[in-house]
Amino acid sequence: MEVNKIHNLEKFVNSELASRVQKSKVDNDELLIEINETDLIDVLQFLKSNDSCKFKQLIDIAGVDYPEDEKRFNLIYLLLSHENNIRIKILIRFSLNQTIQSITKIFPSANWMEREVFDMYGIKFKNHPDLRRILTDYGFKGHPLRKDFPLTGFNEVRYSEKEKKVVYEPVKLEQNYRNFDFESPWEGTNYIKDLKATKKNEKKN
Amino acid sequence: MKKKTKTMNLNFGPQHPAAHGVLRLILELDGEVVEKADPHIGLLHRGTEKLIEQKTYTQALPYFDRLDYVAPMNQEHAFALAAEKLLKVEVPIRGKYIRVIFCEIGRILSHILNVTTQALDVGALTPSLWGFEERETLMTFYERASGSRLHANYFRTGGVHQDIPLKLIEDIEKFCRSFPKIIDDLEGLLTDNRIFKQRNVDIGIVSKQEALDHSFSGVMLRGSGIPWDLRRSQPYEIYNDLDFKIPVGKNGDCYDRYLCRIEEMRESVKIILQCIERIPKGPVLSIDGKITPPKREDLKQSMEALIHHFKLFTEGYRVPKGNVYTAVEAPKGEFGVYLISDGSNKPYRCKIRAPGFSHLQAMDYLIRGHMLADVPAILGSLDIVFGEVDR
Repeated sequence: MEVNKIHNLEKFVNSELASRVQKSKVDNDELLIEINETDLIDVLQFLKSNDSCKFKQLIDIAGVDYPEDEKRFNLIYLLLSHENNIRIKILIRFSLNQTIQSITKIFPSANWMEREVFDMYGIKFKNHPDLRRILTDYGFKGHPLRKDFPLTGFNEVRYSEKEKKVVYEPVKLEQNYRNFDFESPWEGTNYIKDLKATKKNEKKN
Repeated sequence: MKKKTKTMNLNFGPQHPAAHGVLRLILELDGEVVEKADPHIGLLHRGTEKLIEQKTYTQALPYFDRLDYVAPMNQEHAFALAAEKLLKVEVPIRGKYIRVIFCEIGRILSHILNVTTQALDVGALTPSLWGFEERETLMTFYERASGSRLHANYFRTGGVHQDIPLKLIEDIEKFCRSFPKIIDDLEGLLTDNRIFKQRNVDIGIVSKQEALDHSFSGVMLRGSGIPWDLRRSQPYEIYNDLDFKIPVGKNGDCYDRYLCRIEEMRESVKIILQCIERIPKGPVLSIDGKITPPKREDLKQSMEALIHHFKLFTEGYRVPKGNVYTAVEAPKGEFGVYLISDGSNKPYRCKIRAPGFSHLQAMDYLIRGHMLADVPAILGSLDIVFGEVDR
């Protein structure tokens, strides 16, 4: 029954939104529809207000980063309908410098979720009432959840007895962060490979 | 004649006992009335989501204990379910029962903490002293099953780490028989208490519509009269077969939310007792050798088991490509994990949906027009734990 419901919803959304739906897919009993980022407001408004959808609650906004793709960022809006007891995922893809419409007018709770996405990915939202960083430190630079942001970060803090305050310093590690490449288990970590490569080059020269 | 008034800014926290952690709340006050509240969060941000991207699925699990550290196993549950959904693994029936028992223990753990500290915030000290004794008992159950009181790391993709010790079930049952009496005692102290009611009734009222708009879930939603519980509406594990009620509030104020939590504890006790009655014998972890480690004794005999063991503890298991969202009814509300796998042994992206994040977001709207003294009361009834809000 559950499975039927999700397929019916897929059909319904496809027929109602027609050309706005670029792709729709049911995977693991979950419906994901991909739309153009310019249609975002219309689609969400429709899903919220339409009588047979009634997606009245925004559960979360998840950002994803695919640095190799031209449309680098994905945003996934997770919606829930209490009346129909069904969930839907809305996906938009866009490139680095694009601005996305804020949906705070439709779902007030999107406020902090968009702030989090802005903080973590640097995605800007148009017409957002208060687009500030939310989770990172005051005065933080960079967007930590981008794939090109290093896990260890750039700065670390400690309390300085001399200055009697917390000071910021560049990260200094006793040992490199070891990221094992499991695709080729016998070659070890990437940094050892890099080391070997540089040594080889030195020998050549 | 009109007096000139000026608003005053007040920093509440980050080191304030009633802030339930590290919350910096910037309040704009007109006399004693709060005009605006701006919560600054992130002081406990540890980058859980970033860290999980660098770890294998088995290594990622312990991070979930550290989110809502008041009810650790409920969080683990959401992640385990997500990985299982992608891998399409079945959990053995005994494993499901054990999971449910410990999730409900987690619910009681969290609700005791919340109810008693909410009382503490409005001036009652005794409930927390009584409640914490029970929490300690419950945490020994955690310890006997998993080896640690708080950061259990007990759930695995495909079941739970190991079977529970023989006498544990009996002791949990004993606790369940005696615990309703403790709830009665707590209620005796609070439910009709004049001061407690004065501080909580009609404070922080949330209407149905607003509860939906602000993405509320769990008790925050039910307290406002929306009968929504994922254990009932989108059942996972064995909740379908269990008999329990969903307490729903009427007025949506702090007092109703307190009552909901008290009732939920009673329902949790009922659920645990039902599970204890029905729990079958059998394996607790899926026997798929590609996902779960082999038995210790097999390692000495079987080459295949040895290879599996080596592969699992170096490389981990690979999860098929795809993305899923799974949610569980954690004590604080809907706790969800949105997991994207690229087919490798590490999650490509793991978005954690913490209920407290949305609840705290509504602080500004909840507190507007209330007195400064209501701030701790409302904050207490939101059931905020910073481990999950900041992630």
